[in-house]
Amino acid sequence: MDGTIRKILIANRGEIACRIIRSCQKLGVRTVAIYSDADKNAMHVSLADESQPVGPSAARDSYLRAERVIAAVKLAGADAIHPGYGFLSEDCDFARAVIAAGFTWIGPTPQTIEDMGDKERARMLVKAAGVPVLSGSARIMPDDLHGLAETAADVGYPLLVKAVAGGGGIGMRRVDQPSELEKTVRATQEFAAKSFGDPGVYLERYTEPARHIEIQVFGFGDGRSVHLFERECSIQRRFQKIVEESPAPRLETASRDAMAAAATALVRQERYAGVGTIEFVVDSLGGFYFLEMNTRIQVEHPVTEMITGRDLVELQIRLASGEDLSALTQASIVASGHAVECRIYAEDPSRNFLPSPGRLTAFEVPNSVPGIRIDTGFREGDAITYYYDPMIAKVIAHGPNREAALSAMGAALDGFRIEGLKTNIGFLRKVLVHPEFRAGNSFTRFVDTYMTELLAN
Amino acid sequence: MAEEVVTQVPGNVWKVLVKPGDTVRPGDVLFILEVMKTEVPHEASQAGTVQSVNIYEGQEGVDAGAIAVTIA
Repeated sequence: MDGTIRKILIANRGEIACRIIRSCQKLGVRTVAIYSDADKNAMHVSLADESQPVGPSAARDSYLRAERVIAAVKLAGADAIHPGYGFLSEDCDFARAVIAAGFTWIGPTPQTIEDMGDKERARMLVKAAGVPVLSGSARIMPDDLHGLAETAADVGYPLLVKAVAGGGGIGMRRVDQPSELEKTVRATQEFAAKSFGDPGVYLERYTEPARHIEIQVFGFGDGRSVHLFERECSIQRRFQKIVEESPAPRLETASRDAMAAAATALVRQERYAGVGTIEFVVDSLGGFYFLEMNTRIQVEHPVTEMITGRDLVELQIRLASGEDLSALTQASIVASGHAVECRIYAEDPSRNFLPSPGRLTAFEVPNSVPGIRIDTGFREGDAITYYYDPMIAKVIAHGPNREAALSAMGAALDGFRIEGLKTNIGFLRKVLVHPEFRAGNSFTRFVDTYMTELLAN
Repeated sequence: MAEEVVTQVPGNVWKVLVKPGDTVRPGDVLFILEVMKTEVPHEASQAGTVQSVNIYEGQEGVDAGAIAVTIA
């Protein structure tokens, strides 16, 4: 590091805070953790060089309070803020406040965050870049449900009601027939108002069977862009990914290249700075459509790191500190082998994935399986509280081919011992050995379609 | 026979959809908890009249197993 960033405050918690701290340590950058009351003794706090409290346990009173995070960065005398994912990572007002206060924001410009965060506006910008989008409606506000039925008929059923300010699968509901439409729109608006402070929703055509495939991109902020290949993320429950892999099995090279070309065109148009992800839905004929752009590091980024050998968080920090990254050319980015990630959640799959908060009375991770990386923010004795996300750990397996990666993943999952709460490990094991998954036939309704088999003993 | 609907998990009360005196049918959603960023709806398993509601919207830190709604 050339010294412009000497100390970074990580405005996050859990595994991603721990993972960012590790890259900082490698670069010789000091780290500051923030914590809520519930996280006072959390792993990310003990890993960081320093820490600052930001308030009560509920996220809206602590991790989501921009002014408290900015007060913490001032108190700590840090140079920069890394937001991780979730929380304030895609809050353009927070990014603006960080920059206005004189600190370096490790992420794209606030304007880009704002443009891509407004899912309706993003669709317009993406169309302008020549990227295909699904049919959809304009913004629908709670006091403006007039003509809703006609709008929905134009979009076509089945459709999704999506929060304009949402993302990452949060604030999204499916409607199969007109009779469910108004009720679902109202419920989504109410959820969106509470969760994102914006009740606006829009309708988008739902295609199935479909796959969710995304392209990892990196922009230099001046119109140059590269991609780091795709990730297949179709195995989901409740619109949340649970298994991701790269390369995507059974995806034509031509389709992959076309998606990557569309993604990098968007990055060039937006003069995007940093890492980002362009998510696509891919239909059974190989047609692909823009879903959303995530203007931050993604939960599943380790899949890409394992096949490319690149540290994406390190790239974010180097770009933010103004380093010359011109050696990072498209030709220099090479994928090797196959990687798969499983997300271990505190939940009970047999009860419709009911969240299962509790204390990790036992937490042993496999330590002798080759090709395995485990990202977690918890240790034995820690509590997984109801305040935050139910993710306990991410397991990433890398091998020379898909079979080898899946085999290593199976061995790794078998090597966990977790007590004190329910987890989805058994369920993930079933997914990994399912013949359709094995054959590379992933699609977004996979879990719903094979639920009975996946739950069988 | 009276039914006591208890909270399945600890969490915050995000929505209460019934009040005493309301009639409910099996499958009606009575209240929704917010747990780990997820909505957890709780439903009536039998028909009847709501006798009492012991939780309120916005209530934080409700334990698992608390009797939230009674129906008779």
